[in-house]
Amino acid sequence: MSEQTNISPPPSDTAEAGPMRLVATLGLAGFFAGLLLVTGFVFTQPLIEANKAEALRVAVYQVLQGCASYEQLVWDGKQLSIEPGPDGGLAPVYLGRNAEGQVIGYAVVTEEPGFQDIIRAIYGYDPVSDQIIDMEILESKETPGLGDKIFKDDAFRGNFTALAVQPEIVSVKKGEKTQPNEVEAITGATISSKAVTRLLQKGMEAWRQPILDLNAQGGATGENTKTQ
Amino acid sequence: MNTPDAHWDVFLKGLWKENPVFVAVLGMCPTLAVTNTAINSLAMGAATFFVLFFSSLLVSLLRKVIAKQVRITTYIVIIATFVSLVDMLLAALVPDIHKELGAFIALIVVNCLILGRQEAFAAKNRVGPALLDAAGMGLGFSMALLMIGVVRELLGSGSLFNIPVFGSSFEPWIVMILPPGGFFTLGFLLLIFNAVAQRRAVASSVTSQS
Repeated sequence: MSEQTNISPPPSDTAEAGPMRLVATLGLAGFFAGLLLVTGFVFTQPLIEANKAEALRVAVYQVLQGCASYEQLVWDGKQLSIEPGPDGGLAPVYLGRNAEGQVIGYAVVTEEPGFQDIIRAIYGYDPVSDQIIDMEILESKETPGLGDKIFKDDAFRGNFTALAVQPEIVSVKKGEKTQPNEVEAITGATISSKAVTRLLQKGMEAWRQPILDLNAQGGATGENTKTQ
Repeated sequence: MNTPDAHWDVFLKGLWKENPVFVAVLGMCPTLAVTNTAINSLAMGAATFFVLFFSSLLVSLLRKVIAKQVRITTYIVIIATFVSLVDMLLAALVPDIHKELGAFIALIVVNCLILGRQEAFAAKNRVGPALLDAAGMGLGFSMALLMIGVVRELLGSGSLFNIPVFGSSFEPWIVMILPPGGFFTLGFLLLIFNAVAQRRAVASSVTSQS
């Protein structure tokens, strides 16, 4: 720091540590911290990945009743398919099959800002009846006791067992549902319930047509589907 | 510092005389935010205990190596490392609890109880006493969180460790699991704690005079 000036350290043990010593201390601390963290990461990462995959697997089976196996679809910018195209990336859409290998529906993962943080959900969509058949919240930090009713309140969840998606999914006040495309909001948690409605609507805007196209081709693999 | 009694005192002061929550009122963020159920309180208490214990171990071991100009930075690096480890361990072993505690795990880094103990105790004492101090403070913190969590879950959800206690006729006091419930419960427990401490002080001064 202070170029060639040669300051001799004070004799007592209150000696100021030199710049190199400070850098060395921090460098060592950083090095050991890194070592510990990488060790922890290497050991826990497979478990964490497995937990996430397991949570998703359970959720797919939950929202697609009778599902025996599923595969994640690929989106190449124009259409959904099972085989990866030249520049296809994974789509947040899963194709579910029953034990006979027939396509029984599609599970879609979407997210939307709620009252506190992003709400992430997965829902089952049946292209034959053009309905949402079930919905499961994957991640939510909504207010305990109020907003968390989006996944704890059975009456609210009952909205999603046969929810028409055309012309669009809309939110109505509790007790005012008259149409199959309406979702009854939770009293006291309007923002959270509207976020869920919006999340479903956005998911359908993005993926309904690609799913219908794919389904019209017989689930892309020529396997039997319920439509045939 | 070398007699068994002195060691015992170092350990016990965190539980009662210098309890981090009820006396020092430190670490209020997790105390109020994640104590809506007993199990969350327990998990947060255990996570904080782990971080405090191992940070104190390292800081005490390295107290002669760490130059005082960079000590805060070094402590924070040490604490943050253990917090990240706890975060990973919880996500790997108990994903449900990890999901419930959310961002509050990462916030243990800035829990002033932990940095406070490094600066006030671990940096000045040998490993033995430093670990006793960390264990006492960690237990005192966990105990306080658990007390708040038990009250809030009982009244706010009618259950204890997710087991229903009051039966279906009980109407839960939703406010108790919302943020205001945290303040109510903490205030109430502080009142009790201080009343007891005051009585003990009066009683001991009477005995010492007689």
